[in-house]
Amino acid sequence: MNAPILSTGAAPAVLVMSEAVFALGLALLLVSPLAIAGVALINTGLGRSRSAAQALVGSLAIVAITAIVFALVGASVAGVLGGAGWSFHAAGKSWNWIGNGPFLLGGFGAATPRTQLAVVFEFLSVAMAALIPWGSGADRWRLTAGCAAAAVLAAFVFPLAAHWIWDGGWLTALGINFGLGAGFLDPGGAATVHALGGLSALVVVWIAGPRRGKFPKEGLSTAMPGHNAVYVLFGCFVALAGWLAWNAAGAIVWLCAPLSTLPLTVVNTLLCASSALAATFAVTRIRFGKPDASLCANGWLAGLVASSACAALVMPGAAIFIGAIAGVMTPLLVELFELALSIDDPSGAIVVHGASALWGILAAGLFAHAAGQFLAQLVGISALLGVFLPLVYLLFASLNRIVSFRVDPDGERIGMDLHELGGGAYPEFVIHRDESYR
Amino acid sequence: MKYAGLLVMPAGFFLTIAALVMFPDGAARAAFAACGLAVEAMGLAVAVRGHMVRDGEGRP
Repeated sequence: MNAPILSTGAAPAVLVMSEAVFALGLALLLVSPLAIAGVALINTGLGRSRSAAQALVGSLAIVAITAIVFALVGASVAGVLGGAGWSFHAAGKSWNWIGNGPFLLGGFGAATPRTQLAVVFEFLSVAMAALIPWGSGADRWRLTAGCAAAAVLAAFVFPLAAHWIWDGGWLTALGINFGLGAGFLDPGGAATVHALGGLSALVVVWIAGPRRGKFPKEGLSTAMPGHNAVYVLFGCFVALAGWLAWNAAGAIVWLCAPLSTLPLTVVNTLLCASSALAATFAVTRIRFGKPDASLCANGWLAGLVASSACAALVMPGAAIFIGAIAGVMTPLLVELFELALSIDDPSGAIVVHGASALWGILAAGLFAHAAGQFLAQLVGISALLGVFLPLVYLLFASLNRIVSFRVDPDGERIGMDLHELGGGAYPEFVIHRDESYR
Repeated sequence: MKYAGLLVMPAGFFLTIAALVMFPDGAARAAFAACGLAVEAMGLAVAVRGHMVRDGEGRP
C-alpha cells in the first residue's frame, strides 16, 4: 500500500500539474458540493417542520452570498491568486498574516492550473464554513441576519484563515521558519472550514440564545427532536459522496499528492465515518438502551469532519481509531452541552464540526510521523481558539446591533416559514399546539 | 465574565507564539505551547460559563 503523502516545508506553489491531474481535480471539485447539500439536508431535518423551508432557502442564500462576497473581496484577502501578502518581521522571522491579491478574481484565467483549482476549492469551502452556523441558529435565527453573518465570514474571517493555512501565511510556513514538520496541515479543510464553522456556530448560539421553551424555568431542558429523520439520514449518504471527492481534491490541491495516494485518502475517509458511526451506535445503545438515529447521523458526520484533517496523512488503522474517538465523544459532548452548559444547538454543529475538527487536526499531528508536526497542529488549534473565536464573537456581536439575530417571539411561535417566507414547507400538515410552550 | 473569558483566549495564543520564538528546544517549546493552550481552555470555560442561562433568569 502506498504511504500517505507528507511533504516537508511549504506546499510547492508553482508545481507543474499535468492536464490529467487538473482534470481529475476539477471533476472531484464538481462532485464536492454534495457535501454542502448533505449538510443542508441534515440541518433541515434536525430543525422543526415549521422552519424547514426557511432552513433550506437560507442554505441556498448563504451559498449564493458567500460566492459573491468571496469573489468581490474574500479572494483578495485570502491571497489565493498570488501577491506577496502583508508581512511583518519579528524575532528574525517573516510573519505573513494577510493576503493582498487582486480584487474581483483578477488574473484568474491566466493563473496556473493548481491555483485555479485552489480558487474553486476555496469557493466551496467558504460556502460550507458559512453554512455550519446556520444549522445551529435554526428556528430562531433571522434569514437576513444569517445572510449578513455569512457575508462577514466570506469577506474577512474565512479568507484570513485560508491565507494563514493554505495560501502561504505564517501557519503554512511553520515548517520552514521553526522546523515544525511540514507546517500546519489541513488538506480537507478541517480547520479552515469545520473548526471555523463550529466556533462560529457557538458564537451564534451564544448571541441568539436558546429556542423558546428549550430551558424552562423548572425542570430539565425540553427535548425538541428533529422533524424528519429521513432527511437527516439521507443527508449522511449525500454528504459521504461529497466528502470522498472533497478530501481527494484537497489532497491534490494542497498536498500535491500523486494520484496513486488518492485511493488511500478515499478509503480513510470512509473508514473514519464508519468507525465513528459504529462508536456512536454503541455509545447511544449503552446509554439509552436503543441506538439514537439523529445522534448516529451526527456521529457519521463527525467522522467525516475528522477525516478532513487526516484522511490524506494517515494509514487506515489510524483512520479507524480517529473516527472511533470522534464517534464516542459526539453523543457525550452533545449531552454535556445541552444538559450541563445550556447550549441549544439543534444541529449539533458545535460538537460535530467544531470539536471533531479540532480532534482530527490534533490526530493528524499524532499519526503523521513527522518531527514537529504535532506541535505545528497545536499552534494551528491555538490560532483557531485564540484568534478566530474572539474575532467572530466581536464581529457577530457588532452585527447583532445592526441586524438583530433573533426573531421576535411571535415569529418564533408561528414558525420561521410563515413569519419570514409567508408559507410553510408542508402546507397540507395540520398544525398542532406546541406542548413545549409553557 | 463572558467578555473576560474571550479576552483571555488571545493571551493564550500569544503564549503559544512566544513558545515558538523563545525556545528552540523541542520539549520546552512544547510545554510552553501547551501552557498557552491551557490558558485558552480556561478562557473558553469562563466564556461558556458566562453565557450559561441561569435558573429563572433571561430565559426566553
